[in-house]
Amino acid sequence: MAVVTTEETGSTAARHIEVHLRPVVAASYTALGALLLRDLRVLWKDKWIFVTRTLIQPFLLCFVFLYVFPKIGQGVGGHGPGGESAFATVLVPGVVGISIMFQGVQSIALNMAQEFGFTREIEDRVQAPCPIWLVALAKVLSGAAQGVISAAIVLPIADVVHAAGVHAHLDLHWWVVLTMVPAACIAMASLGLVLGTSFQPRNIGLMFGFIILPITFLGGTYYSWTTLAPVKIGGFSWLQTLVLLNPLIYVNEGMRAAFTSFDHMHLYVVYPVVIGFAAVLLALGLRNFRRRVLS
Amino acid sequence: MGAATPLGHGDGAKRPMATMAGMSVVTQRAGHLEAGSPTGIIHTEALTKVYPRADFAAVDHLDLDVRAGEIFGLLGPNGAGKTTTAGILTTRVVPTSGRAFVGGIDVAAHPALAKQLSGIVSQQNTLDRQLTVWENLYFHGRLFGMGAATSRRIATELLEQFQLDRWAKASVYALSGGMAQRLMVARAIFHRPAVLFLDEPTAGLDPQSRLALWEILQRLNAEGQTILLTTHYMEEADKLCDRVAIMDHGRILALDTPADLKRALGTDTIATVRAVGDLDALSEVLTREVEGVTRARVSEGAVQLQFSGRHRVVPDIVLAADRHGFDLIDVSVAEPTLETVFISLTGRELRD
Repeated sequence: MAVVTTEETGSTAARHIEVHLRPVVAASYTALGALLLRDLRVLWKDKWIFVTRTLIQPFLLCFVFLYVFPKIGQGVGGHGPGGESAFATVLVPGVVGISIMFQGVQSIALNMAQEFGFTREIEDRVQAPCPIWLVALAKVLSGAAQGVISAAIVLPIADVVHAAGVHAHLDLHWWVVLTMVPAACIAMASLGLVLGTSFQPRNIGLMFGFIILPITFLGGTYYSWTTLAPVKIGGFSWLQTLVLLNPLIYVNEGMRAAFTSFDHMHLYVVYPVVIGFAAVLLALGLRNFRRRVLS
Repeated sequence: MGAATPLGHGDGAKRPMATMAGMSVVTQRAGHLEAGSPTGIIHTEALTKVYPRADFAAVDHLDLDVRAGEIFGLLGPNGAGKTTTAGILTTRVVPTSGRAFVGGIDVAAHPALAKQLSGIVSQQNTLDRQLTVWENLYFHGRLFGMGAATSRRIATELLEQFQLDRWAKASVYALSGGMAQRLMVARAIFHRPAVLFLDEPTAGLDPQSRLALWEILQRLNAEGQTILLTTHYMEEADKLCDRVAIMDHGRILALDTPADLKRALGTDTIATVRAVGDLDALSEVLTREVEGVTRARVSEGAVQLQFSGRHRVVPDIVLAADRHGFDLIDVSVAEPTLETVFISLTGRELRD
């Protein structure tokens, strides 16, 4: 806190100023806490909106693929409860992965585009007594926390919404759950930061069309990466190679490793790539943020 | 610069340095002291900003000293460099060259530290739309390192002081433009900043809200708050500011108290004469035959005359015009304003 005390000294009316400054590290630490506290407060106010928003997509995916399709004899994964259950086992971790991604997009990208745009709130937020990048990092942290919460409330959905006889075989590997979920949440929150600082509010529609849709459909939500090999031109498994550019592939494979015993990409590939994406996207997002704020 | 602020001199300087223990600012500040320049709470040296892809300087070698405890105005037309100057001082704009200090802190070198010293009210409404009126203040306190109890107390006090307590639990969407502006001022002074910056604070406000804001700023200033505001309303600069810097094209053209700026014109009276016929000829006649005309110009269908050492000029103008057969429509007399000062400095109107 800066306290300026002024005192008149006789007829000259000169003022002595004492400027009490707190070290930047201490001021930044409390500012980060306040930024997170503010986001928590807003999350608590909007808790039912948050829960509904988080559950609607997973619910619809499970409802259509795991309830309606088997009911109308259109079940995915081969006929009968065996094949359908195998598909459910693939789909449920994918649904968790896609929820984490959408949390990053919704809690960060959409909010930030708005705050940079017509509400201008960001102008005040960056006056916090800390480096500018910390304001963006606080957003990523609270976005990632919301991702973790959404993963926790989405997973049970699969146990509730399915046709009789269709069961996802979940098998929680706790070490992977406790490390992969937070890493994936930070990577996807960082993706949200990059998108939120790259797109003007008026171009948000473009962001969904050109970025979000391809990432979700080619992100291994409905299929496992390991099973893509048969999609070939000549002898080349082109799709399996192409989707390696998509960060969501690794997140979803990580979720498969965490929640099931289904075939998945090797963890010694998944971990470094998810962490790598998190680092690169975070660095890019913080740089973008700084550039948008400063002139 | 008259009674400059002895900021960073004597005992007063040692204590803040101690509280900043371990910071590189200390040496930076000490170095600044050795130069021995008595500087203001805001101090700039040859401050320059050239925006990327611009071939001119938005701020051009600006030297500025604002004293603690004054209301200082940057007055000028749009594009004069006022907002850029305020932007540099509030760490949002990175200067191209030169230096700027707030409370002795180099704002470009130590922006995070400088932000502790500044309170900012921007042109747009930047209130947090997802929080209530009270929460907007409370979280500001937390952001600036105050505890929960202190923040709660000050937030409640400020809402009362700014007559917004009725709206404490309301969404900020419920506030009128004037109330939102008041809340932004309350938020900006929450952490007792060394300088309160206001960028075009009354642009877009209705006249009543404008007057209310002026009163608030005068009250804060009476309590010792240093205020820097940018404006293109000459009336605002005139009524509110202790000193005004008139800016154009990134430079300061004149800097003084409003009264002295007007006095320096050497003009006591301005007469505006509207008439039928050749205004250039009328201007020539009046300049020649009316005593004390220092300057005459024709603009917007009227002859404008500046007088020195004269106050009762209307009879002379009417008689002179009559002698030469001019048909007068209207003669009005006024004291010079800062607008007059700006015109005489630049040859342009303030709102061009």
